Amino acid sequence: MKIILRNPRREIEIQGPMVADSLLRRLEINPETVLIICNGTLVPRDTRFTDDDEIELRPVISGGAA
Amino acid sequence: MKCRRCKAPAVIDIRRHNAAFCRDCFIHHCKEQVKKAIDEFKMFGPEERILVAVSGGKDSLALWHMLAQLGYRVDGLYIGLGIGDYSDESGVKTRAFANAHGYKLVEVSLPSDYGYDIPTAASRTNRAPCSSCGLSKRHLFNKAALDGEYDVLATGHNLDDEAAVLLGNVLHWEPGYLGRQYPVLPATDGFAKKVKPLVKMGEREMAAYCVLLDIDYQVEECPMAEGNRHLGYKEVLNSLEQRSPGAKAAFLSSFFSRGHEYFREAAHVEKGELNSCDECGSPTTGSRCAFCALRNRVISETPVSISRISNAPISISRKD
Repeated sequence: MKIILRNPRREIEIQGPMVADSLLRRLEINPETVLIICNGTLVPRDTRFTDDDEIELRPVISGGAA
Repeated sequence: MKCRRCKAPAVIDIRRHNAAFCRDCFIHHCKEQVKKAIDEFKMFGPEERILVAVSGGKDSLALWHMLAQLGYRVDGLYIGLGIGDYSDESGVKTRAFANAHGYKLVEVSLPSDYGYDIPTAASRTNRAPCSSCGLSKRHLFNKAALDGEYDVLATGHNLDDEAAVLLGNVLHWEPGYLGRQYPVLPATDGFAKKVKPLVKMGEREMAAYCVLLDIDYQVEECPMAEGNRHLGYKEVLNSLEQRSPGAKAAFLSSFFSRGHEYFREAAHVEKGELNSCDECGSPTTGSRCAFCALRNRVISETPVSISRISNAPISISRKD
């Protein structure tokens, strides 16, 4: 399955099937810091992905201190 | 996962609420949380005119959308900061959002109207970029709210932003800053009333709100924010949140309900007596406000093309 990461934008391939929560653990991403978007649709952390899925892990943390 | 309200398939889980929601129930949940914050902190009423500071990011666009959906009289204010492609794209997204919804957008350009941009200010003054940016935005937000005779200025600071600021203020035990950290700051001479209606909303929820409503926001991080202290505080708090869901919300809400009162007086003591800035008329403790001091320093050293300089003084006695 194709994984899209941001800041900077990049793509990686990971062998499925895999549950979203396990994917985040494998990539060492804190679930508090991303949205999981599978094939353009927002999904929760118990979603099971297959090899055909395209998954965006969209960061949600913005940094300005103003 | 199933939606807590209607049992339909969920699209997002929120660990601190020990709940998951479907699309419609999540949007309902967001609006309820914002209504709760507005009521709890007595932010504004239905007849008041609200100016929302919008950056093109998820929080401010979502806030603008929510307040309009809730029936409030709300306009947007966008400040072009001159941070290269990042600012160009943020402006495009903000204008597109305003046009698509028929909302009124007020625009100010730091380079065109005041003769400098944030990258130049940061390099010429040796200030952290976020410091020059925050100082400039606070001044121009306030000026626009007063000039436009708005009753209140709303910003998109969310629970994560405020918890990170609180952690920074506590780490340095800053009584004046702690006294001024509250979801509502009342209007005083020369200062518009300021409110933060997203104080009960996590930033993951705000991003989800935009995704679910197809609000096209600026996803990329500001290139000048990289490595700032604020991001470090958020990282620490999110590590804590992962181990103890609800920790961030408890930290912040407990401060508002039980801690803030002990610092309230310090906010007034540290502010001191205010005069009018010699150049722009804004309130200041010296003869020149921090914004004019920053701008003078930057433009005196910077040969930038100035297409238009706006230096109209603002009135410090508010018309109600």
